[in-house]
Amino acid sequence: MGYELTYKPFGEHSILIEWPSIIDKDILLDIISFKEIIKKNNIKVVIEVRISYNSLLVIYELNEFVLESSVQELKNIYASFREQIKPIFRQWKIPVCYDDQFAIDLDEMSLEKNMSKSDIIKRHSSAIYTVYFIGFLPGFLYLGGLDKTLYTPRKATPRLKIEKGTVAIGGKQTGVYPSESPGGWNIIGNSPIEFFNAQSEIPCFAKSGDRIKFNSVSLKEYQNIKSLVEAGVYQLESEMIYD
Amino acid sequence: MIKVQKTGFYSTIQDFGRHGYQEYGVPYSGVMDAYSASLANVLLGNKAQSAVMEITMMGPVLEFQCSTTICISGADMTPKLNDLPLKLNKATTVKSGDLLSFGRLNYGFRTYLAVLGGFKTEKVMGSRSMYQGITKHTVITKNDELLVDTSVKGFVKQLATIKIDKFHLNSNIIEVLKGPEFEMLSKSKQELLFSKPFTISKDNNRMAYQLTEILPNNLEPIITSSVLPGAVQLTPSGKLIVLMRDCQTTGGYPRVLQLKNMAINILSQKFTGNNIRFKLIEF
Repeated sequence: MGYELTYKPFGEHSILIEWPSIIDKDILLDIISFKEIIKKNNIKVVIEVRISYNSLLVIYELNEFVLESSVQELKNIYASFREQIKPIFRQWKIPVCYDDQFAIDLDEMSLEKNMSKSDIIKRHSSAIYTVYFIGFLPGFLYLGGLDKTLYTPRKATPRLKIEKGTVAIGGKQTGVYPSESPGGWNIIGNSPIEFFNAQSEIPCFAKSGDRIKFNSVSLKEYQNIKSLVEAGVYQLESEMIYD
Repeated sequence: MIKVQKTGFYSTIQDFGRHGYQEYGVPYSGVMDAYSASLANVLLGNKAQSAVMEITMMGPVLEFQCSTTICISGADMTPKLNDLPLKLNKATTVKSGDLLSFGRLNYGFRTYLAVLGGFKTEKVMGSRSMYQGITKHTVITKNDELLVDTSVKGFVKQLATIKIDKFHLNSNIIEVLKGPEFEMLSKSKQELLFSKPFTISKDNNRMAYQLTEILPNNLEPIITSSVLPGAVQLTPSGKLIVLMRDCQTTGGYPRVLQLKNMAINILSQKFTGNNIRFKLIEF
């Protein structure tokens, strides 16, 4: 509410609405609220609304798009809302195994930061991360809230293959690779759970505004959870957030 | 059923892609050259968006195990039915046992095989477009048996011969709009984008086309934001990357240009070494 927004056409039938160019939880809440209100207004020519750190991409039916009137309509909607509309957010407990078997860059990070491996693990698994949006790969969560002491530059040469479930740190960000992929982040662990299920109507459990907490598990617990996940019976723990 | 006897270079089943799943990080996918794919479908009386086989550079050998009607549009890869030349953009009846093969690539880069009623392969998230991690099959492989709709009969009436305009297969003019970060470029850099041709590098596929020429710049990376197929990203090292149908949903490079929808179709028919010119269209 009350941010100076810019509205630009993006392609032939979309509008990109931009907030100040910083990563900030209040901006995220404003973006989520604006998206919710656009959805509530039920503009029938809007086919998709996408969130990123500091923008909303509003995509219209190709043949029904008129730039000026659509921008005006969005501006009116933004000016008219007085309080944020929040969907119910959840906090998810994500098991991660930081065992040496997975954490192939942890030794190097520990040396460079002059910080013990257990200290790195403790800092990584005690923070509460905010889900900003999903992108890069199906089910890849862009998270905010990494402890500043864990910031680590990306590898100079990306690895060609990073295993599914890999937990890693790249620059100021941390995340979990939901599928095998090339990547340049520093690998510190692995999560046995599925972050993306193409067969499900809602393919990702988490959404923009939700929180994530990593829970350090032993190799044995990891293997147990993995078997449960493969059998399709693992229940991810989560709780509603009231704030 | 259509059986794959030999794979070509790279063929996939594509329709008009997955829509509404981008907030989960799922790419749109879909036919690269939507104009040619629609044409092949419409000439059969199919819906324009029906699933087709997208064939890249060098075609497969396919054996029909049912009678149906087919139409091929897009690149000319010298298609043959049982060794007899087959015309592009013309509905042709085939019977069980017939062999479809391809030869020399004369023009274009991607061609579209439509079958009456459309391919009925696996549908995930509302689309049959193949994509790794979404569909079980990600590329057409030898001995695949592809399901087609045989319940649709009745394509009897031959459409009057229509003259197909090959403009989009021959043109190298890529019409673009300003991208969200276009104004971050200095005037002289902006002009460089439109004053000389660019070459398609060997790094070109369904995700993105990289261009060979470098545009030196000092743009800062942006905070990761949404991207669309047709976005032209500029990297700090000056590489221009044109995102295509299988592109990621988000990116962190400045988006300096945005291809018009038709320009994505035109670029899809280009390959390594071809030249293109960007032409700025005001919104």
